[in-house]
Amino acid sequence: MFGFIVIKRQEPPKWGSFLIFPAALALSLGASCLLLAIQGKPALDGLTILYQGAFGAGYAVVDTLLKTVPIFLCSLGVAVAFRMQVWNIGAEGQFALGAIGATWAALTFPALPAWLLLPLMFTSAAVLGGIWAMIPAWLKLKLSINEIITTLMLNYIGILILDYLVYGPWKDPSSFGFPMTKEFPAAAIVPAFEGSRLHWGMILCLVCALLLWVFLTKTRLGYELKASGESLRASRYARMPYGFLVLLVMGLCGALAGWAGLMETSAVVGRLQPSLMVGYGYTAIVVAWLAQLNPGKIALASFFLAALRVGVENLQLELGVPAAFGGIIEGLILLSVLAGQFFNYYRFKRPSA
Amino acid sequence: MTEMLIPLLTAAVQSGTPILFATLGEMFTERAGILNLGVEGMMIVGAFAGFFVSLSTGNPWLGVLAAGIAASAFSALHGLVCLSFLGNQVVSGLALTILGVGLADFLGSPYIGKQAPGFYAFDLPLLSSLPFVGDIFFKHDALVYLSYVAPLAFWLFWHRTRTGLALTAAGEYPPAALAAGLNPVRLRWIGIMAGGFLVGIGGAYLSLAYTHLWTNGMTAGRGWIAVALVIFAFWRPGRAVFGAYLFGGVMAFQLRLQASGTQVPSSFLLMLPYGLTIAALLFSALRGRGGSSSAAPAALGVNIEPEQ
Repeated sequence: MFGFIVIKRQEPPKWGSFLIFPAALALSLGASCLLLAIQGKPALDGLTILYQGAFGAGYAVVDTLLKTVPIFLCSLGVAVAFRMQVWNIGAEGQFALGAIGATWAALTFPALPAWLLLPLMFTSAAVLGGIWAMIPAWLKLKLSINEIITTLMLNYIGILILDYLVYGPWKDPSSFGFPMTKEFPAAAIVPAFEGSRLHWGMILCLVCALLLWVFLTKTRLGYELKASGESLRASRYARMPYGFLVLLVMGLCGALAGWAGLMETSAVVGRLQPSLMVGYGYTAIVVAWLAQLNPGKIALASFFLAALRVGVENLQLELGVPAAFGGIIEGLILLSVLAGQFFNYYRFKRPSA
Repeated sequence: MTEMLIPLLTAAVQSGTPILFATLGEMFTERAGILNLGVEGMMIVGAFAGFFVSLSTGNPWLGVLAAGIAASAFSALHGLVCLSFLGNQVVSGLALTILGVGLADFLGSPYIGKQAPGFYAFDLPLLSSLPFVGDIFFKHDALVYLSYVAPLAFWLFWHRTRTGLALTAAGEYPPAALAAGLNPVRLRWIGIMAGGFLVGIGGAYLSLAYTHLWTNGMTAGRGWIAVALVIFAFWRPGRAVFGAYLFGGVMAFQLRLQASGTQVPSSFLLMLPYGLTIAALLFSALRGRGGSSSAAPAALGVNIEPEQ
């Protein structure tokens, strides 16, 4: 390229992650500004509004933290699957099924005390989300059917099942025709911290991340999982249980995304309704990749993308920019990080004559 | 019976046409060795570009051209990431979809509900008077007629031209292309750009012929269905026609059933195309055991590493 030749690096340079990410961010925000300008909106003010929306005031930070929870949970699972080169694009649908599972428990056993009902909701959300994710895993293993497409199609189907339930059998008769279930009983609400809107899902995130980190780095199965991702053939030679690992990873993904759905339904909204589906499952893919599939960095990246979402909401309010603007920035960041990672693995060299 | 069947099959052809263009486009790119999962995004970018240009120039043909060029230029981002910067093809395609859907939504929101000049059905002389077949195939708009020629042109291009052969080499075994004095990276660029153009036409069909209005998210997963149909069709254009019309048929059937005021909840009817996509993959996996994976271009999704 341009008279240079490309050389593969022995190992990624130290400056890689420090430089690539900010550069990608600058590039994406620059391009987004350009788009604002094209629509005749003040581009630089737009950035300020975006920033203030995300970090400007105390309640904005709380909003961001609240949105971090579902993104974080979905992304943890997605990242583990991606590590194994299992392309789970289905966190969105697994989120929907988790929300459905939690709602089923809350509506069926409204009289149970919280110490029984909440664990039941966690179980049903994890089971439904997990099954939803294991269908494509099973199809992949038994019939080598591409999991990218099946997980994606199951997203559409999952959301439609949710729609069916809230428009049909689970519709609250006193909701004036709005598609929503009855409000959850108090025992079915994941509690919030004293005097705050922040709920215990924050703690769940930390526990899950920690457990996952221990699993990946300290257990034999976790090691095998990493090895299968790096070289499928080598792992087959070593007689690692590839099929079992794929099912396990996908089940895990589904359970985590299902819990994200539970959190949003129970702690944030307090009932099931279609507006819960705002694409956290897709954002999770962006986060997983930005964080280089690393559980610690996922925390940072999900906070960052949650802030972006809150910022865009402010932009929507102040400048009338459609919510789709968030998708544009997410897509641009992902593309430029993908391109930027080139510099981690390759370098340019002048051809020696 | 035929009174009900003929309108349904006619509608199947119409609603299958955008899927057919998108499937052929993705097939073109994949046969050159590049996996582009951005079809959904490219399609909707094409749909918007077509709508916008047709609205501002009053000429739907210019709209189709613009749709092709826009989707092609948009998929050039995928080329930049995967061919120039050797990024992961799966993730880049996903990013393209996220970006494209957002972009079309953002740019299109001032135009929601507006109407653009588009394509309307006209009877082809002689052919349309054929019994049965005439009603189903020859009472459509110009883009549908174009879609009849497209798979044939696709087949002739790949099997009867030198460029088609070279592109096959780039998809099957790039080192061989290189050894033959060809530039596999450049060939893959052709695959990405030409495939993008076809996908764009599919998008334009949605906004200029299927409806004449702009609505957000009007592709509704058709791009992803096209990606699945490429597998279903074993990377062969003839089978793509069959697959596209099958899906068109299910979509048309679902709409008709809804309009007839059936007892089946509409959510279940809306699930049909997505469920059928999984069924189609299941079908091709069961039929092509051992064959379906070998039908894929051998170097599909594998980046061309620079020489050491």
